[in-house]
Amino acid sequence: METVKNHFFNDMGVMLGRSIRHIFRSMDTIITVTIMPIAIMLLFVYVLGGAIQTGTDSYLNYLLPGILLITIANGIGYVSYRMFMDKQRGIFERFHSMPIAHSAPLWGHVLTSLVSNAISVLVIILVALIMGFRSPAGVLSWLAVAGMLALFTLALTWIAIIPGLTAKTFDGASVIAYPIHLLPFISSAFVPTETMPSGVRAFAENQPVTLILESIRALLYGQPVGNDIWVALAWCFGIMLVAYIFAMRAYKKRV
Amino acid sequence: MLNSSIQVQGLQKSYKNLHVLKGVDFEVGKGSIFALLGSNGAGKTTIVKILTTLLRQDGGTAAVNGFDVAAKPDYVRQSISLTGQFAAVDEILTGRENLIMIAKLRHLKNPLQVTDDLLNRFGLTDAADRAVATYSGGMHRRLDIAMSLVGSPKIIFLDEPTTGLDPEGRIEVWKLIKELANNGATVFLTTQYLDEAEQLADRIAILHEGRIIANGTLADLKKLFPSTKVKYVEKQPSLEEIFLAIVGKKEEN
Repeated sequence: METVKNHFFNDMGVMLGRSIRHIFRSMDTIITVTIMPIAIMLLFVYVLGGAIQTGTDSYLNYLLPGILLITIANGIGYVSYRMFMDKQRGIFERFHSMPIAHSAPLWGHVLTSLVSNAISVLVIILVALIMGFRSPAGVLSWLAVAGMLALFTLALTWIAIIPGLTAKTFDGASVIAYPIHLLPFISSAFVPTETMPSGVRAFAENQPVTLILESIRALLYGQPVGNDIWVALAWCFGIMLVAYIFAMRAYKKRV
Repeated sequence: MLNSSIQVQGLQKSYKNLHVLKGVDFEVGKGSIFALLGSNGAGKTTIVKILTTLLRQDGGTAAVNGFDVAAKPDYVRQSISLTGQFAAVDEILTGRENLIMIAKLRHLKNPLQVTDDLLNRFGLTDAADRAVATYSGGMHRRLDIAMSLVGSPKIIFLDEPTTGLDPEGRIEVWKLIKELANNGATVFLTTQYLDEAEQLADRIAILHEGRIIANGTLADLKKLFPSTKVKYVEKQPSLEEIFLAIVGKKEEN
């Protein structure tokens, strides 16, 4: 009898290939994660942007980091959706009766979220470059930006996995997406926080999305990042860790 | 025992207050077709889930291909495949992609070749590159069974394989199941259709209120009833026979 080998990376790769095909065959997903953010970017730059005072010479340069976070937040509902469908339809049952690494289907979804968001973010940065976005940032700063975006994606992905695994209905699985969609709007994504009423302003300035945004802006425009980046990283890691623990517990219990 | 593929002893399982399995015992011989009969909710699927390592039992033991399902689930998973009402096919992928995916997950060396052979054998070559969502019920189930043959597992679990199929689809699936056993695989089948068990199974066990209340060959089970009396009845064709006769004629024309 041959021994049971662990093929974790092979199995996860197969899962990734499967979910990426799902995404490219779903017009709805493509529209939500790339077309919509581009439309918002066009709308804000060419329609509303002229009236917004940000204290920077190009509103697009101010706006882009917020658009990137909105893109990631928009895509996150689909993580819950894909997770829920796999559980509901019984795909997990088939996988788990096979000789594969037990957590490969779960990590496949996490990796899919990272890869699909990376693709969306690249497309949007390309569109922004065509629209006239410019940044003096060097390679290291760009890498740091990529790292922050990946971390933000991971934190949201692990949050989204929890309702995907635990919800009893499709509506329940996708409800988590709404508060996450809202967060970038109550931040410095579109306008500086100075003009907001004090209560809203206090929330906007201290919530993680603003801290991540300000760090990315500082990195892209060659300004000192200050303490914000450490607080932003702490938020991302903290959220990720807590969500990971709950998601893993739900996975072991239900799948 | 060397000649049995599945051994189950004193199997117990409860869901909260519901005592589903109250001590189930049976054995399945190597290379045979074993049918587990029972009404809806009798616990057939629970037994399948325990034997395929998807669920832990509360008491008793179960061994599949000589490996304890609780202690050596990895070895059990290498010996089996599962098909049926709750183990799904990916609807968004094509038939070919589904088979390739399973072949890769079984870590076969030649996934494309295995896939081509199975598509051919199951008459799915023409539909191979269409999304499964566009398949008919019969094609869907054929693909499902083809997927469970990837990597030639020794023991094949089929959970209600013909539920929801039309009569022609059912007969087609029955033919496939007989072929599987002829090739040496052990087939564990659950069904609520009595004629299905009668058609296919070498041994039949009846699960009722959490226990196996009868277990044997069709001849054994028939002996449990009073000996046959000779009665003269007018033989009426069943609706199924009529349906198949008419449909068969149509196809000839």
